[in-house]
Amino acid sequence: MSPTNRTVVVTGIGATTPLGGDSASTWEGLLAGRSGVKPLEGERFAELPVRIAAQAAVDPGEVLPRPLARKLDRSAQFALIAAREAWADAGYTAPAGTVASAADAAGASVVPERLGTVIASGIGGVTTLLDQYDVLKEKGVRRVSPHTVPMLMPNGPSANVGLEVNARAGVHTPVSACASGAEAIGYAVEMIRTGRADVVVAGGTEAAIHPLPIAAFANMMAMSKNNEDPTGASRPYDKGRDGFVLGEGAGVVVLESAEHAAARGARVYCEVLGQGLSADSHHIAQPEPTGRGVAAAVQNLLDNTGLDPAELVHLNAHATSTPQGDTAELKALRQVLGDDLDHIAISATKSMTGHLLGGAGGIETVATVLALYHRIAPPTINVHELDDDIDADIVRGEPRKLPVDGPISAINNSFGFGGHNVTLAFRTV
Amino acid sequence: MAATQEEIVEGLAEIVNEIAGIPVEDVEVGKSFTDDLDVDSLSMVEVVVAAEERFDVKIPDEDVKNLKTVGDAADYILKHQG
Repeated sequence: MSPTNRTVVVTGIGATTPLGGDSASTWEGLLAGRSGVKPLEGERFAELPVRIAAQAAVDPGEVLPRPLARKLDRSAQFALIAAREAWADAGYTAPAGTVASAADAAGASVVPERLGTVIASGIGGVTTLLDQYDVLKEKGVRRVSPHTVPMLMPNGPSANVGLEVNARAGVHTPVSACASGAEAIGYAVEMIRTGRADVVVAGGTEAAIHPLPIAAFANMMAMSKNNEDPTGASRPYDKGRDGFVLGEGAGVVVLESAEHAAARGARVYCEVLGQGLSADSHHIAQPEPTGRGVAAAVQNLLDNTGLDPAELVHLNAHATSTPQGDTAELKALRQVLGDDLDHIAISATKSMTGHLLGGAGGIETVATVLALYHRIAPPTINVHELDDDIDADIVRGEPRKLPVDGPISAINNSFGFGGHNVTLAFRTV
Repeated sequence: MAATQEEIVEGLAEIVNEIAGIPVEDVEVGKSFTDDLDVDSLSMVEVVVAAEERFDVKIPDEDVKNLKTVGDAADYILKHQG
């Protein structure tokens, strides 16, 4: 088999989200239809037009030792927690190149030079930057933390996870706003396909719950101002939707060449069929209303991967709960998939987690992988009255069982300001 | 009132504990910040700034490189404190 068409599989998952501190509690929350959105307490949020967000269920400061946590931006803390879970879940007991068990000695680990990380966020260490500017103004130059630069740089989470697992094949951070996490996973797939690595830890993270980003997003008219009903505010596909709710956290997967996974007897969740990419070239922040760019990404996915539309039974949609974006995405899918859209159970998990920006592609990949593995699609909550423009099968209220027999496939969409469109496809094994 | 050598070592131990998580009882005069106490070059800047505040002393950047051990730092502070 040539190194350019190697099969890539998912062998580990990890997450820390508004629904739980790990992937199991997150998945349980998704199936239960639980909202992670809460009021933002504290004086610094009091004057904002938006005073709700989906904060992480478990504060990373409670998980990581303090001397480590204080050198990491919150986005890197989330990434490290999710990556540790995914790494252990994949069956790795120690950093690459370390012999920590009989299994490692028998060759069950990975060579550092064949291990990479690709973890991305939408806006990097924004809270570190803003907090340190406060320190500069209030306490002076000398008190600005010497850790500020490594904390605010957007590649910090990927680099810190790389240090943790001893990744030497490459440590990368593609940045494309809210598509960043999905683009990271796509990049990781290509690293394995093209033979640059055998194992890649990949995903997305974000920690931007701070008055400045909230004020800025709110002034773009992009956010829900439903402060009176936090748990009902994120409502993709509902007639009354009025914007996204900001979330925070991280989702990480361990991707591996099928040969490498088989050689060490790893548990395989599913295969990653590949990615479809495109750019809108329409507007810096508005979705292209006909869904042209999204359609092109999905068409690329069909043209360039082994995805069979007949097997496609589940979509984890981008669906952020904005009036324009939710409908444009489904129009584009109808354009490309035609009648095949009718057998796709569509879940908008942002109705529960909020929108994690660059973290979205990470946690929604974890959700998509688990949906295929358990053959069940999580619900979309808060759809009280379905938008008249929606002609597709939205999983509402309760989770939905997916076909139990034969191979099934799912896709996960992520789009970002700048006109970035990323769609990832997965298939049961 | 100026701090004694013993008080300075105690103070440094608390600072190193806060920054690097090393138990205070392990921070002894003979210990190297980088080799023994998990204080890298960036964290050393934090230790210095915290010590400056606590002991009312100025430690110029060019002097920091000479402060290899807890004892070096304690001696420096004892000599230069305000």
